[in-house]
Amino acid sequence: MLEIKNLHVKIADEEREILKGLSLTLPKGEVHAIMGPNGSGKSTLAYVLAGREDYEITKGDILWNGESLIGMEPEERAAKGVFLAFQYPMEIPGVASLTFLRTAANAVREARGEPEFSTPEFLKLIKAKAAALNIDMEMLKRPVNVGFSGGEKKRSEILQMEVLEPSLCVLDETDSGLDIDALRVVADGVNAMRSKERSMLVITHYQRLLNYIVPDKVHVMIDGRIEKSGGPELAHELETSGYAEYQGKAA
Amino acid sequence: MAAVQETIDQVRKIDVDQYKYGFETKIATVKAPKGLSEDIVRFISEKKGEPAWMLEWRLESYRRWLNMVEPKWANVTYPKIDFQNLYYYSAPQSTEGPKSLADVDPELLATYAKLGIPLKEQAVLAGVQGARVAVDAVFDSVSVVTTFKAELAKAGVIFCSMSEAVREHPELVRKYLGSVVPQGDNFYAALNSAVFSDGSFVYVPEGARCPMELSTYFRINEKQTGQFERTLIIADKGAYVSYLEGCTAPMRDEHQLHAAVVELIALDDAEIKYSTVQNWYPGDKTGKGGIYNFVTKRGDCRGRNAKISWTQVETGSAITWKYPSCILRGDNSRGEFYSIAVSNGYQQVDSGTKMIHLGKNTSSRIISKGIAAGHSNNTYRGLVSAHRKATGARNFTNCDSLLIGDKCGAHTVPYIEAKNASAHFEHEATTSKISDETLFYCRQRGLSAEEAVALVVNGFVRDVLQKLPMEFMAETQKLIGVSLEGSVG
Repeated sequence: MLEIKNLHVKIADEEREILKGLSLTLPKGEVHAIMGPNGSGKSTLAYVLAGREDYEITKGDILWNGESLIGMEPEERAAKGVFLAFQYPMEIPGVASLTFLRTAANAVREARGEPEFSTPEFLKLIKAKAAALNIDMEMLKRPVNVGFSGGEKKRSEILQMEVLEPSLCVLDETDSGLDIDALRVVADGVNAMRSKERSMLVITHYQRLLNYIVPDKVHVMIDGRIEKSGGPELAHELETSGYAEYQGKAA
Repeated sequence: MAAVQETIDQVRKIDVDQYKYGFETKIATVKAPKGLSEDIVRFISEKKGEPAWMLEWRLESYRRWLNMVEPKWANVTYPKIDFQNLYYYSAPQSTEGPKSLADVDPELLATYAKLGIPLKEQAVLAGVQGARVAVDAVFDSVSVVTTFKAELAKAGVIFCSMSEAVREHPELVRKYLGSVVPQGDNFYAALNSAVFSDGSFVYVPEGARCPMELSTYFRINEKQTGQFERTLIIADKGAYVSYLEGCTAPMRDEHQLHAAVVELIALDDAEIKYSTVQNWYPGDKTGKGGIYNFVTKRGDCRGRNAKISWTQVETGSAITWKYPSCILRGDNSRGEFYSIAVSNGYQQVDSGTKMIHLGKNTSSRIISKGIAAGHSNNTYRGLVSAHRKATGARNFTNCDSLLIGDKCGAHTVPYIEAKNASAHFEHEATTSKISDETLFYCRQRGLSAEEAVALVVNGFVRDVLQKLPMEFMAETQKLIGVSLEGSVG
């Protein structure tokens, strides 16, 4: 279970606060969506959960299965099951995607006390997962995200997520840059990973993605706080009325 | 006080761990007195039982050296070297050379083990049948183990120490020694010509293809001893040879001078591939200690369609001054230079190549990848020139620099001279930085900061890594990771 308690966050070396007392509880096995306008702090929340260093937590706590994540290195969090699907995945020239996947998988497996994948075992796993995501093995021989289309990048993120077997998935604007077919493929991949053992936080700007990944709960984030929470129907309300109502309240 | 001592011990331990090849082997050695003079040159020559012509050659080099000054144009700084305060000769006592492995000093074998010499080569050293890499191990200047001579001899290949070549093949040595790097070529080459201790000699006869990769491990061991290796490789018409040179050195307080000379000669249709992995002690975290590496490496494509290819991985030394070059004399000859230079801590690297196009339709290719971390400085310095008669000369150069952190420097100094209007030279250069975003991305996927840097850097150098012989590839990937330890976080 993820518990975010009265979280205050600012950019390191700056005064401006981005998260202003955000609280959220995401029980095990549930999928929650966070929706909000640009600049409300959604991506900051994703980065802070994953442990990016450019932010400073001034108040509050983040508990993952009862343990505080604050002060933990990004790779330790990854070992504890935290996975962030990036809005803008980074390019790594010269490193084949397959090499990257295997290095990452073995790093988290080692940290979790699991044995390394053998080569045949790993290739078998990747072939099966890649096929489901409509990923060509040829694509995995190309360097990580270099020259990938928007859709390829996002599918590659989901493949990484499947291989690393996280227990907390944070998806940051996974729908951005996707056409409708790619969106369906990505959503199918995410839905296939839904399980009683896994919590997911889906961050999105538009309701569209939530037609495919139907959340258990929707939270509306405005100016660094959760302003309203509700069921999936809340997403539809937002789609028609926009965020203006909430923004007015915040201001 | 106990706590203080504990701290000291702890720090010492960390230092040793950071340079895992930092250890010393206790082997009795014979040394010449300190300093350099005609007498010392005579002493070295006599110790090695050299003929008069060799001594004369050394003495002439020495006299030239006396009139030369140290080059100052490289982008490196270091305290003045007192050439009279160095030893110019040291050799393990068993200069006769062991007849079998049982005669080899066990400490020496232990050293090989610590160096992580690939199992394949260890097997060769241990006499296991079927292992296929010949190792001419240079241990503090004198070759003590040479293997596979018989099989090489079957192919007509001569692979021996320079001292042996001077004794056994004087006609070849006299013909080729100094023919690519003349005695007075530069300050360090002249010094080397005067006092060179030993090195490898390879001759591949006409039409022969060397049946295995030749490999030499250099190792600096004796305190304050300059190492002056001399390597000479000749590929006769239509011959092919691939040569690997790998280096590590023990930990040291004082700076050590290393001034090697490597000469390659490729005749008509011959090909020489020369690969180096250099991992000498780079100095501690504050820049103290470390090897000074002033090397002259040059290949001469003397015949038509000759090809010489240099591949180097430079991760060690406090100072690297090294420009493996190709003289493209024969028509249609081809030169290649593939380089990875990693610098960390306070290392200074000034390295590159020269491609001198003299013959017609000659071509050359330069791929250089410089990685600078810590407080280091990494300079690529290259010359591509086409002589007036070098019709149809072609060159492609690509220099990429990668910066890690904000205290290091990367510099590119390319010289391009075309005296023939038909020359076609291309030059590409990029400088980039490993971004925090990229590191975060990798760490989010479970890699530690250091693993992330190693992964990104290995990606950056991939084009060059692929040029290395298989034996070196995996080793090199690890070495790059080790070299960049402590560069982040």
